[in-house]
Amino acid sequence: MLKLNINRKVYELDIDPDTPLLWALRDVIGLVGTKYGCGVAQCGACVVHLNGEAVRSCVTKVSRAAGKQVVTIEGLSENNDHPLQKAWLELDVSQCGYCQAGQIMSAAVLLRENKNPTDKDIDNAMEGNICRCGTYLRIHKAIHLAAEMQQKGSK
Amino acid sequence: MEQSKSTHSRRSFLRSSLLAGGGLMISFTWLPKAGFADTPKHIDLPEQWNELNGYIKITTDNVIKIFNPNPEFGQNVMTSLPMIIAEELEADWQKIVVEMGPHDSVKLGPQFTGGSNSVRMYWKPLREAGAAARHMLREAAAQTWSVPIEEVTTKAGMLYHEKSGRSATYGSFASKASGIPIPKGVKLKEPKDFKVVRSSKKNVEGLKIVTGKPLFGIDYKQEGMLIAMIQHPPAFGMKFTSFDASGALKMPGIKDVFTLKLYEDGFEQGGFDTRTFNDLLVVVGNTTWEVMNARKKLIVQWEPAGDTKDTMGGRNGKREVVVPGELETTSTQLEKMQEYAKKPAQQLRKDGDPETAFKNAAQVIERTYNAPFLAHNCMEPMNFFAHVTEEKALLAGPLQAPGWTEPTLAKILKLPADKIEIQMTRMGGGFGRRAYGHYLTEAALISKKVKAPVKLIYTREDDMTYGIYRPMYTATYRAALDENKKLIAFHVKGGGIPEHAIHANRFPAGAVDNYLAEGWQIPSNITIGAFRAPRSNFNAAAEQSFLDELAEVMDKDPIDFRLELLKRAKENPVGKNNEYDADRYAAILKLVKEKSGWGNPENKKYSRGVAAYFCHNSYAAHVVDIVMKNGRPFVERVFSAIDCGIVINPDAATNMVEGAVIDGIGNAFYGRLSHKEGAAEQNNFHKYRMIRHSEAPDKIEVHFVQNDIDPTGLGEPPFPPVFGAVANALYKSTNKRHYDQPYLDQLLQSGNKPENKKTF
Repeated sequence: MLKLNINRKVYELDIDPDTPLLWALRDVIGLVGTKYGCGVAQCGACVVHLNGEAVRSCVTKVSRAAGKQVVTIEGLSENNDHPLQKAWLELDVSQCGYCQAGQIMSAAVLLRENKNPTDKDIDNAMEGNICRCGTYLRIHKAIHLAAEMQQKGSK
Repeated sequence: MEQSKSTHSRRSFLRSSLLAGGGLMISFTWLPKAGFADTPKHIDLPEQWNELNGYIKITTDNVIKIFNPNPEFGQNVMTSLPMIIAEELEADWQKIVVEMGPHDSVKLGPQFTGGSNSVRMYWKPLREAGAAARHMLREAAAQTWSVPIEEVTTKAGMLYHEKSGRSATYGSFASKASGIPIPKGVKLKEPKDFKVVRSSKKNVEGLKIVTGKPLFGIDYKQEGMLIAMIQHPPAFGMKFTSFDASGALKMPGIKDVFTLKLYEDGFEQGGFDTRTFNDLLVVVGNTTWEVMNARKKLIVQWEPAGDTKDTMGGRNGKREVVVPGELETTSTQLEKMQEYAKKPAQQLRKDGDPETAFKNAAQVIERTYNAPFLAHNCMEPMNFFAHVTEEKALLAGPLQAPGWTEPTLAKILKLPADKIEIQMTRMGGGFGRRAYGHYLTEAALISKKVKAPVKLIYTREDDMTYGIYRPMYTATYRAALDENKKLIAFHVKGGGIPEHAIHANRFPAGAVDNYLAEGWQIPSNITIGAFRAPRSNFNAAAEQSFLDELAEVMDKDPIDFRLELLKRAKENPVGKNNEYDADRYAAILKLVKEKSGWGNPENKKYSRGVAAYFCHNSYAAHVVDIVMKNGRPFVERVFSAIDCGIVINPDAATNMVEGAVIDGIGNAFYGRLSHKEGAAEQNNFHKYRMIRHSEAPDKIEVHFVQNDIDPTGLGEPPFPPVFGAVANALYKSTNKRHYDQPYLDQLLQSGNKPENKKTF
């Protein structure tokens, strides 16, 4: 039995400990906001937070998450009001939308560590997240906007 | 509208208990609850709907539900199509609930996403549907109030009779209105009166996307659902001879391993029945991970399949097509293309006397352009849910054209079409790939075999290595100039594996006295299909590069040169069937010239390239500005001018053009799918290079031509000319013409990209 804390709830799973966290989330727990895109840590669609760090859940064994805090896109905010979620809506970033959960989860770690990231900082932090629709420009703008919102909110 | 709740299937190995809050919290809802289009709050919708027509339902509480008829793959039709209805209905956008419609071509029209046709083909019917419903509501009010219908006005979901001071909501008359016969020929609004159309509205599914709600086919789940995967041959041209599944069957969670034939011998394939392989080796189990692991334990013997035969249906009856068995390699394919290029080809169009003109020319310029196969790489890999029983079939997942696959399913499952329900989920990209529904046919057969609901999933490797690719193309362009460097003849001879890209009646056809277009093709077992702006995506690279080079030889500005040709095509067109409107074509060039500050000294620091193209009834031009960044060419800015007629949702349309530009730069710089002895050499994103954040331009400025022409395509048209503009800017940047795609292939032999700097 593995004990997992996901989005502030505790789950006990009887599961192969080598199962990637991605498939534990999607197939076993039923949290499907975290997406499968490549399975080899190349596209970023599956990014979740493990003790606050962005990890690729497709190559993270579920056993590694045991006893740690996992946050997925479903648990990023209590009321869908994370500045990034608000900024994404404000700038209408999404096209197909499939990669966006991973984009937001990567950006959330960046924003926590860097309150006012430059374009270069964003490039560096987001380089591992692919978007075939090509929404990169809007993602950049949305991260800047979220940084602004975050600063205003914290004042 | 109470959503059907399906509790997550409780498999034996899962004993999940919620320690923190009590109660089992792992149920999930398919689909997520609807929300108002404009205020993304979840609401409990009432049960009682009055249907005014297939697209519109209204409650007595004045909640208006609009069904989006067409599959959504990121082009934002979930928002833009309901906007068209809301416009003519005079509904309050804030109070509209949008829902994906069922597959019902009687009520909801053709229902396919492709050819940049969604808005174009639905523009009139949706306006008529909205206007007819509004008329019915007015008539219901007029009857009840005993006033002439002409005196009943509407505004934002309300009915008014000014003289008597009466007013009522649409909802209060919805029931009565639903009993009124649907009128025909109701007068539509003048474009000047549009209130919803032409004003930017947010994506109605935006909130669901950023909160991770189950929206996509791969998220679909049903009680007792199994997961299936297909073990394809290692290469195109191979088939399996035998397999040993004993190891795989011993793996945890595995239910079955078996083979299936997708199409029976002699099955008449339609144009969208393309499939990579017909004999399928299938693994079925409880979870994705278990099935992935079991696949590794399969021991399979493969052998070259040799030449095979496909039976193709069609208007002119069925025909047998031989699919060659060769295990193809990219270098050999290139050699073969060079060989074929010398042979006589099919004449597609001829104006004047090109042979004589070339013979008498003072100068002949000849250039050859090549482009590789491209994989679609939709971020959501191919997948589909199927539950097939003796009586009926339910399918759900990402698909561009349910109406094209349903007849195939009916034949294969031997079920009448009305027993087949295809639910359309949001698609994680499509780009043409999901017009080919073989994967739901596969899912259906698997479900039928295992007698259970099944979700078929392609891994990224399956998706990339067994694609229905953009073909491999080549084209040789020749131009004849007289002693005054005037263009007197133009010749294009294009070929491809397994089809060529030539659009014979497009620019510069019509603008040159002596013109010849020819095409040829080499059959192949590598499967191909539509890829964002099929054929155009190559032509706009090759032809627009060639025109750029011609302008240089003629000492002309590349925009002026194109405008001269267009002037000729307008004033004294050559030949017949020219597909484009020379005025609209010229207008986008003039617009992009103005907006980009073409020729302005302050832009000298950029290596600038321009290209323009017409496809899918729309016109697009780009100016691309390249600088060197970290020793590599980087597109820093792009200026785009687009004429697609009336723009429904300007901000979303701008997003689409930005995306097309970035997608275009990525494919032009890096896109390449190559083969070695039939096997794809790129199987995932570490080998198939996609454009990434740091490579997207800093600025993309999009300008739409303002006119009242009925809307035409937008998903595809901005994409092709990106290739040409990039090639032409690269020439300025590197002082070298780029004829072979991908343009930065030599610079980046490895597909590897620096990883995200964070540790993962």
